[in-house]
Amino acid sequence: MEKASLQQIQIGDPLNRVEGQLKVTGKAKYAAEYNLSGVTFGVMVTSTIAKGRIKSMDTKLAKKAPGVLAVITHKNAPEVPGYKAAVNNEGARVYGQEFRLFYDDQIHHNYQPIALVVADTLARANEAASMVKVQYEQETHHTDISRNLDQAIQPARPEDYSRGEEDAYLTAPVKVVHEYHTPIQVHNPMETHATTAVWEADNKITVYNKTQATKISQQEIMKAFDLKEENVQAHSPFVGGAFGSSSRLWPQEMAAILGAKVVGRPVQVVLKRDQVFNMVGYRPPSRQKVGIGASAEGKLIGITHEGYGITSRYEQFTERMMDPTKSMYHCPNLNAKYRLVPLDMSTPCWTRGPGETSGSFALESAMDELAYALNMDPLSLRMKNYADKDPENELPWSSNYLKECYKQGAERFGWQKRNPTPRSMRSGEWQVGMGMASGIYKAVRDRAVARAKLLSDGSVLVQSAVADVGPGSATIFTQIAADVMGTSIEKTRFEWGDSSLPHAPGQFGSHTTASVGSAVYDVCTALKQKIQELAVNQKGSSLQGAQATNVVFENASIRLKNGTTSLTYSDFLQQQQLPSLEVIKESDGGPLLEKYSGKSFCANFVEVRVHSVTGEVRVQRVVSAVDAGKIMNHKTAQSQVYGAVVWGIGIALMEEGLIDHRYGRHVNNDLAEYHVPVHADVPDIEVILIDKEDPVIDPMGAKGIGEIPLVGFTAAIANAVYHATGQRIRNLPITPAKLIS
Amino acid sequence: MADEGKSEMTLPASDDHKKYNETRRTFLKQSSLLTAVALTPPGMLQIVELEEKVDEQFESVKVTLEINGETKELSVEPRETLLDLLRERLDLTGTKKGCDYGQCGACTVHVDGQRINACLAFVIMQEGKKITTIEGLSKGATLHPMQEAFMKHDGFQCGYCTPGQIMSAVACIQEGHANSKEEIREYMSGNLCRCGAYPNIVKAIEEVKNGGAKG
Repeated sequence: MEKASLQQIQIGDPLNRVEGQLKVTGKAKYAAEYNLSGVTFGVMVTSTIAKGRIKSMDTKLAKKAPGVLAVITHKNAPEVPGYKAAVNNEGARVYGQEFRLFYDDQIHHNYQPIALVVADTLARANEAASMVKVQYEQETHHTDISRNLDQAIQPARPEDYSRGEEDAYLTAPVKVVHEYHTPIQVHNPMETHATTAVWEADNKITVYNKTQATKISQQEIMKAFDLKEENVQAHSPFVGGAFGSSSRLWPQEMAAILGAKVVGRPVQVVLKRDQVFNMVGYRPPSRQKVGIGASAEGKLIGITHEGYGITSRYEQFTERMMDPTKSMYHCPNLNAKYRLVPLDMSTPCWTRGPGETSGSFALESAMDELAYALNMDPLSLRMKNYADKDPENELPWSSNYLKECYKQGAERFGWQKRNPTPRSMRSGEWQVGMGMASGIYKAVRDRAVARAKLLSDGSVLVQSAVADVGPGSATIFTQIAADVMGTSIEKTRFEWGDSSLPHAPGQFGSHTTASVGSAVYDVCTALKQKIQELAVNQKGSSLQGAQATNVVFENASIRLKNGTTSLTYSDFLQQQQLPSLEVIKESDGGPLLEKYSGKSFCANFVEVRVHSVTGEVRVQRVVSAVDAGKIMNHKTAQSQVYGAVVWGIGIALMEEGLIDHRYGRHVNNDLAEYHVPVHADVPDIEVILIDKEDPVIDPMGAKGIGEIPLVGFTAAIANAVYHATGQRIRNLPITPAKLIS
Repeated sequence: MADEGKSEMTLPASDDHKKYNETRRTFLKQSSLLTAVALTPPGMLQIVELEEKVDEQFESVKVTLEINGETKELSVEPRETLLDLLRERLDLTGTKKGCDYGQCGACTVHVDGQRINACLAFVIMQEGKKITTIEGLSKGATLHPMQEAFMKHDGFQCGYCTPGQIMSAVACIQEGHANSKEEIREYMSGNLCRCGAYPNIVKAIEEVKNGGAKG
């Protein structure tokens, strides 16, 4: 008998990532790294104007260039059946007509892909792509949100929201009202968008894809090419960062698929860094106005929040910009409206905390401004207006430890030592400031399916189509399975990242753990039940006739509660004469979820130093206190908070997609000019995980963690900058120029 | 992993290119001959042939270099970068392409012990040099202490910048630029990590610098 000596794993343990070794040795394969037999290379030619039509395209030179196998344009592209339908392949998620690659001569935005050059080497494809000559008929374009606010439309959803009296803040004893701007942020994952497409037969395709959602990828390709589910496989176990940018079908996928159809060989398309800025989504800029009024004691009376985002001319991409405002604080009167300015740009897409991140900058900056107007501590103001149920819908919270976040965060940070007066703290040439902000983000759960197999060696295999783009989902699902099954990590294997595996929702919206984790939990629980039934009911079983409730699962074996007889999983299968035992389970939240409001919460505390001469802002330290329910893995959870904080530093201080509106074209679309935080920009970050179970959302007690620490974070920095300098910057990013002007 | 088998479908890319080179030349010659009488102005064929000779010279420069301890004799185009050679022809895809402009550090490799961006290095300029990529960092099954430390401290999330971070981190210590957190942060700032694993990467480097990475 095999001895299960390896350590029993529990939910919460700070395990190393299960795929870690593949990543640190360079063996993890990303979408463009399969080097398939006969693979060819596709390079996109993109438009250099923002609006108009292609008058003529000369592809002769490119076609004749060495190694070129095909040049595909709207003139000769294979037909895409899905493009003929009047409905969007996207269905319900984005309203409108999706972008159709190589469909006609219309130019909707700069950097629109207009041709694909396929060649036998990457260098040759690049060279030939530079030989495609295009003439345009240009039309006047509009790419500037500020100059086009009067063109704003009310999107198909969400509806305007109000409770109580409209604009009640106006009559409050103390009030502030200001405008806040946030810029374009580009996800810029380290791996640019990439796809390798292989037609296995005329009606069967495999894509090695960069996607956060293998099932969505599969479904959208099925719709576009009118293919059966079993004939479309999206394979995506490793994704080099996504942050929302790989959650729908994009041009590089369509291009690789069309290219492979034309040349009859696998085609690999990898976007160049400059191409990702205006082709595969970005965080839209915002223009917002927030008015808040309170009693002299600091009780909120009314909030009015108006926000404008942008979208393309062909789709309505909407964000949850108003969501934090609706639910964050107890406030009887509130009205919020959200508008979209259609511009000659590509459609934006979900970007870490999509809407909440921009909206919370305005809300949490305004709360800070109100605190100063009230002559009140900003933390006390927030605690005073704590909402003990969700004010948006009066539902009880599924769980809410925001007060714990405030308390523990403030203690760890030393908030009490803060001199409330702006410009009162200094360290040499540096002005020192401390700021804080609250955050709230939806914690929901979606349908997911998982398969669990007990294998002859006594190990457990669990499968789901879910992606793991970096949060550590594969690790925590292995961990949940091991915990439930009583197996060691070595005897528990999780397979993910392929559309042929059981259904999983996309890895976005901070609902992967709750959704897929529940399916893993449920399927393992079901597998145990099956083992138990078989063990006590079947002849020849050494546990035959025992009470089912008396069966205990531990160390990859079963035994009776007070008994000494223990049966390993592998011996169990042998006794049952089964090669393996398999269970599939679908899991969703059920009606209980509708009776509660599920949210994650956080409180961020930030210390900055601002150089008194140069206006340089350095984030000196950060304490991020997060209520994300029960923590599944303290190591990966902490990393998620780090990630969100680094994003917050980037958005607050440096990131900005700049467009020269004369040309409607990005001018800083590379990683030297578009600044993302580097090692030197990131200080020590202290993470406090409240780690208390949510009793409603899922059986593990988890809530989402990937996005919540970013909500409000940019405001915490802006608030600290105000405290340091006395200057309120309401227009991100907070660059030195804004502080010394 | 869900599908390891697929990653093994590899054909030496260089042969493949050769085949297509030949096809193209044959095609050019044949089509030139076929159309010479009717369409091609006098002298065109000669120009085509001359171009080919020039192409041949440029398309195949012989270079010998050592990659991960193995001597490689290669025929490369002068414009071929070390990064594309590694990724597209030698199937050493552990070295990543993040920007192709030397702005992100994802392609960091060691050339004669120094860290460089492989996307900014032409292969023909590496004649006789020793190149180490992430695939050559570990000694057989034994991982380099930096690889161990990255796993222990969760110095990555998506993993795409990781090989570059690790190669850079090893060199950072060798250069003597890892004497404090601040110094590590400064000298690692050429390696971007969009997931924000920076604090953990610094912890991993500090630990290796201080001589202990077991755990």
